[in-house]
Amino acid sequence: MAMRRYSAFAIAKEAMSYHLGWERAWGSPAPKKKYDVIIVGAGGHGLATAYYLGKNYGITNVAIIEKGWLGGGNTGRNTTIIRSNYLQDPSAAIYEKARSLYETMSQDLNYNVMFSPRGLLMLGQTEHEVRGYKRTVYANNLQGVATEWISPAKVKELVPIINIDGPRYPVLGALYQARGGTARHDAVAWGYARACSAMGMDVIQQCEVTGVRTQGGKVVGVDTTKGAIDCDKLGMVVAGHASVLAEQAGFRLPIESLALQAMVSEPIKPCMDVVVMANTVHGYMSQSDKGEMVIGGGTDGYNNYTQRGSFHHIEETVRALIETFPMISRLKQLRQWGGIVDMTGDRSPILSKTPVEGIFVNCGWGTGGFKAIPGSGWAMAELMARGHSPLTEEFSMYRFREGKFIDESVAAGVAH
Amino acid sequence: MSTRLSKGGRLIDRAKPLNFTFNGRRMAGYEGDTLASALLGADQMLVGRSFKYHRPRGIIASGAEEPNALLGLGEGGKFEPNQRATTTELFDGASTTSQNHWPSLEFDVGAINNKLGRFLPGGFYYKTFMFPRFAWKHVFEPVIRQSAGLGKAPTARDEDRYEYAYAFADVVVAGGGIAGLTAALAAAKAGKRVWLMEQTAHWGGRAVVDGVEIDGKPAEAWVNETVEALGKMDNVTLRTRTMASGLFDHGYIMGYERVADHTPGDGRPRHRLWRIRAGHVITATGAIERSLSFAGNDIPGVMLASAVRDYVVNWAVSPGDRTVIVTNNDDAYRTALALLDAGLLVPAVIDARPEATGALPEAVRARGVRVLAGHGIAKVKGGKRVTGVSICVQAGEGAEIESIACDAVAMSGGWSPVVHLWSHCGGKLIWDEERAMFRPDPKRPATGDDGEAMVTAVGSANGFLTPDEVLADAHKAAGGQGKAPAAPAESEAPMMPVWIMPQGAGPDLRMKMWLDPQNDVKVSDVQLAAREGYESVEHTKRYTTLGMATDQGKMSNINGLAILSDALHRPIPETGTTTFRPPYTPISIGAIAGEARGDIFQPLRRTPMHAWHEIHGAHWEPVGLWRRPYCFLRTGEGVHDAVNREIRTVRNSVGLLDASTLGKIIVKGPDAGKFLDMLYTNMMSTLPVGKCRYGLMCSENGFLSDDGVVVRLSEDTWLCHTTTGGADRIHGWMEDWLQCEWWDWKVYTANVTEQYAQVAIAGPNARKLLEKLGGMDLSKEAIPFMEWREGTLGGFRARVHRISFSGELSFEVAVPASEGRAFWDALIAAGEEFGVAPYGTEAMHIMRAEKGFIMIGDETDGTVIPQDLNLQWAISKKKDDYLGKRAQERSHMASPDRWKLVGLETLDGGVIPDGAYAVAEGVNANGQRNMQGRVTSTYYSPTLNKGIAMGLVKHGPDRMGEVLDFPVDNGKVVKARIVDPVFYDKDGEKQNV
Amino acid sequence: MLTLECPYCGVKAEETELQAGGEAHLKRYGPGSSDDEFESYLFMRKNPKGVHFERWRHAYGCGKWFLAARCTATLEVFGTYSAQTKEPPADLQAKIKAKRPNWEGYK
Repeated sequence: MAMRRYSAFAIAKEAMSYHLGWERAWGSPAPKKKYDVIIVGAGGHGLATAYYLGKNYGITNVAIIEKGWLGGGNTGRNTTIIRSNYLQDPSAAIYEKARSLYETMSQDLNYNVMFSPRGLLMLGQTEHEVRGYKRTVYANNLQGVATEWISPAKVKELVPIINIDGPRYPVLGALYQARGGTARHDAVAWGYARACSAMGMDVIQQCEVTGVRTQGGKVVGVDTTKGAIDCDKLGMVVAGHASVLAEQAGFRLPIESLALQAMVSEPIKPCMDVVVMANTVHGYMSQSDKGEMVIGGGTDGYNNYTQRGSFHHIEETVRALIETFPMISRLKQLRQWGGIVDMTGDRSPILSKTPVEGIFVNCGWGTGGFKAIPGSGWAMAELMARGHSPLTEEFSMYRFREGKFIDESVAAGVAH
Repeated sequence: MSTRLSKGGRLIDRAKPLNFTFNGRRMAGYEGDTLASALLGADQMLVGRSFKYHRPRGIIASGAEEPNALLGLGEGGKFEPNQRATTTELFDGASTTSQNHWPSLEFDVGAINNKLGRFLPGGFYYKTFMFPRFAWKHVFEPVIRQSAGLGKAPTARDEDRYEYAYAFADVVVAGGGIAGLTAALAAAKAGKRVWLMEQTAHWGGRAVVDGVEIDGKPAEAWVNETVEALGKMDNVTLRTRTMASGLFDHGYIMGYERVADHTPGDGRPRHRLWRIRAGHVITATGAIERSLSFAGNDIPGVMLASAVRDYVVNWAVSPGDRTVIVTNNDDAYRTALALLDAGLLVPAVIDARPEATGALPEAVRARGVRVLAGHGIAKVKGGKRVTGVSICVQAGEGAEIESIACDAVAMSGGWSPVVHLWSHCGGKLIWDEERAMFRPDPKRPATGDDGEAMVTAVGSANGFLTPDEVLADAHKAAGGQGKAPAAPAESEAPMMPVWIMPQGAGPDLRMKMWLDPQNDVKVSDVQLAAREGYESVEHTKRYTTLGMATDQGKMSNINGLAILSDALHRPIPETGTTTFRPPYTPISIGAIAGEARGDIFQPLRRTPMHAWHEIHGAHWEPVGLWRRPYCFLRTGEGVHDAVNREIRTVRNSVGLLDASTLGKIIVKGPDAGKFLDMLYTNMMSTLPVGKCRYGLMCSENGFLSDDGVVVRLSEDTWLCHTTTGGADRIHGWMEDWLQCEWWDWKVYTANVTEQYAQVAIAGPNARKLLEKLGGMDLSKEAIPFMEWREGTLGGFRARVHRISFSGELSFEVAVPASEGRAFWDALIAAGEEFGVAPYGTEAMHIMRAEKGFIMIGDETDGTVIPQDLNLQWAISKKKDDYLGKRAQERSHMASPDRWKLVGLETLDGGVIPDGAYAVAEGVNANGQRNMQGRVTSTYYSPTLNKGIAMGLVKHGPDRMGEVLDFPVDNGKVVKARIVDPVFYDKDGEKQNV
Repeated sequence: MLTLECPYCGVKAEETELQAGGEAHLKRYGPGSSDDEFESYLFMRKNPKGVHFERWRHAYGCGKWFLAARCTATLEVFGTYSAQTKEPPADLQAKIKAKRPNWEGYK
């Protein structure tokens, strides 16, 4: 379907007719018999993959199949942090690709995703952490990622509400990425869905894949609750359910699904412009444009598909953040929620070919998926269209067999 | 105008007047008031501004569903934003402020958004503010952020304290209305341990307001008797001011007790968070009245009908002299009766149903009130408060038939059961067509660890709206024996779902019908979302922000999803609800943290000598939960100077290190040697009794995880030293293998880290110092290097190890922890003549680096294998297996291209910055500069008077003498030569004396 | 917030007393095993949405490791048993089969 351009002018025009003239942002098609490419999973990563297949490779005979509603999984459940200050080369490459695409995403998609490069701090609170972050700065500077190490005084200047004096874990400085920040998570999925739809792709919601059909080791299609659909290539981009889908295609993935939780406070007037991560004490916080303090912490240790986590993680995170930001003690928790995150053996993602020809998998983003969406989609599209991509090279699902890990916990206690 | 009535008020004590301020103005109320009732009693109708359009906002409700009346309460370290006035009890001296306006509540510049409202429909920001690109961050976003938010951010540290409490119960009942009381009594009589909590300060819920009769007496009397009976039972715990805030898996239910919110400064904790394990949970959480969607339903003075009744009956407050009632059900007629009983005027009851002929409407008619059936409100008139309503036909499009002057409107759109707790752990709902409500589906409850239902909903929370049904349901569900408490059966005519008033309202009116008055979401916004394809209820919620306000849509969600369903032409149950997430209403973040803050944020581990260090200038470094002295500062001395002094003391005379934090694990048994051979890369079974050996442990994935000296204590006993951070982890790891893999091996382990104090006495004068204490032969012959002996030193029972991490003559002495401090004092005293000084972790780090010893956490980072560190000498070639061996055979681990340990020496003698990378030519496929190595440890060596470093470099050991480039800050490049990592005393002459 | 009964000390343990240890009944592959076997042992974890056998340690209790059969979709606990077991006890398997007729069984 053709896309109507969004702008202040368009809003003003529609206002004259009570906004009754707006059209659907994306279509609601019935599945066709066959597509060149089927992407399973209409979250951010799946939609971005489809978008770049169309935009970069002209492949538009594409269906994106979603068992629930588009953007209804982890895309809409995360704490919206965007950063690329990763230590290892392959991570820095894909996350920085993503971050740079976020910079122009609103204009590219003609949908305001509210990317806000407000600056991101990772606090150094032990000598060990300080060393890890300084190392990251040196690596980043060679990787083309702009980060710097800043002093406690500069931290305090950027975050007036912070307590840098301890008592337990004084702030010794911070790894600062000035162009890190946040974006509106739902808008990323919606913006991509609208753009995919405008390129003629089919976003098919409420359609669950019930089986993967292969012939001679090659994929030929999927069975769904809306019937069988054929395809030449299949992209599995279903965070939280990758194992289940892989099982249907007859292979196993080196991942486990765990619960990760987050919470928001009631909204207050702006008090913190930057994103702050305190990994020693396992907590991170930013303030949304609505004014809520958005808070995240660590994952549970056991497999869990319920999208609910254990309360003691919330407790631990909150305690840690009160130490760092004493004023939040008098705010109120408005809402907490959970998502399912896929963890691999090295906590880094998998973007890979699979044992089945024509099937590609994108999973295992753990707690770091949202920030990667455009880079992941870009790389995955290249992998699916050309058979290889320098950005996905190191993220193969076979790396564990070779002992070739991409371990980001080196610099930070927890990866996000 | 709203006012305090001269008589009545169940909950207020007129003998106890209380003073408070609102925006600096002095006002008065009574004990028993809420902030909301006190404000209304003082004719304060306007209490805030809405989120988006900054429209004037008044009190709508009387309980947890209130979306508007959010105030700043208190000052300084007791200031709290967004306090819900309807659920906060008034106390003397309360200082309150309204929110989200500038410069004042009455005149708010932000209300310009209201004028522009037409241009700011739901989700407008997704469609604009995109050009120019930088403007979002620098222009649009700051303006939006400033305009959004609600209360001011607190600035001071919280002056109050909070606590946790724990409880266990067979049955937890949430809600102290007549359903909850009935259920609690039934369960208690059956012998169950019962925990009953009520979120307000009072028992009885709605029934006591509505004048229900139970077992032949007024509800209030029945409630009092029942509470008294429960109070006498040993198996019952009763808590008021305690809200069941969330239900978590396996019956873990949270009770949020507002202990001292109403008595600030009395020394009690402000809030207490109860964590209760419930065998079963009964939710008797009642129901919440819904608003009706008519134009202008957000103007101050438009309230829920039940709330109007509450204010009149409970607090003797009248929202207005002339109150028009608008409804789609019989219950709202009770409000008319309550108003009439209080001597107030009800100009009309406007009933959307085609006819209103039930007992309640008839009773109201009999009092001379006009009842306009089949009618609705076309529009509410007024700005900052209601001045009148325009009446129309419900079936029409909103043409005004008549205008009625009034100063309040009481609306009722029917009732929604409070299903939050039911739903928190996955309990499902069904749509009840007749009563137009989602209620708990008894066939699909949340299940517990046994797979059985762990929640039962009763009373109104289960969809029953009349007292007779409520009581019977609660009694039965709680397993009550005998007769249930009974109320006279009431006949109410069916309600009629009304989602828009009038049903044919055009776009102009729909833009003025508020669903969510806090976030400014209107009927037109939901319809726009549907039109644009945001079809799922989650999409609509997120696109319009419906239900995302601080009331989480308690009053408006059902209305919103009914509008959405209508717009999409699908039945309501197909649309479904958004997910109910804890907490039920917002709970303080302070309460979640509890007591764990400040000094007791986390446990602090102290060595026996901790207090000595504290007195003697320790500059602390956190290491796990321990604190270790980084160095000891003397008066006027900087950290760097102190470290260098400490190193010189050790190198030239003698220093003391508190090494008590090092992990000490006893491994004992016939198979202990075999076990340690699996755990360490070295051979430990062949270590002779009396000797020590440095050992390495790897994860099963091959990476170096810990190191330390292993001591053979006896034929079947080894003592394994671990790093400070590794003690608990390694002990757990040992137990893991012994219990889960090699369970037939006869081995015991014990973590004795805290049983011993350990001191390293290092330096050329170390032996002399210890000989002053006397009691043991410490000669080279009696205790050679890498051996240990037991004996007494100066009267202390001691195990003396000849091991050295500094490269000097060194003894590590372990004494019982209880004697640690005395032993340390004795060492300090004996060492005085040698100028002994304690040294900290930094001096230790530098000295080991001078010797080229690796440090776990510096040279290792979880990606390094022993082979990378040239530690092949510590990997036994004789063993078939050890943990990590197979992993190290994988192709990438065995690659000759891995970065390997070398020493690094700058050409100019300076110190290479920590963590710097060595670059290679060119860039990789992703355009990143190629790298060939990195610095792992780097220090200024006071011993050698120059910078020294260790690092990992590709093919490093084969490239001795080569110079590498390390780009550092500001485009500078440090040049360093690859050298041997042992910088000091290469032959070990100093430690082997 | 899970509770699991520790089969050693008989205590119904709170999750905060416990440490999760991942999939149970792993067979260790050491030197001499194939790349496939080793990769499968160390990384290819079962990740079912449903019945799962896993390791837990009563870390802040008796310190013992034990095994649990638990549903990852509902968090129902079918039972806990000794860590010194090569596969789930037959009576536990029968109990699970009775509760989950579609369960394909332990493999």
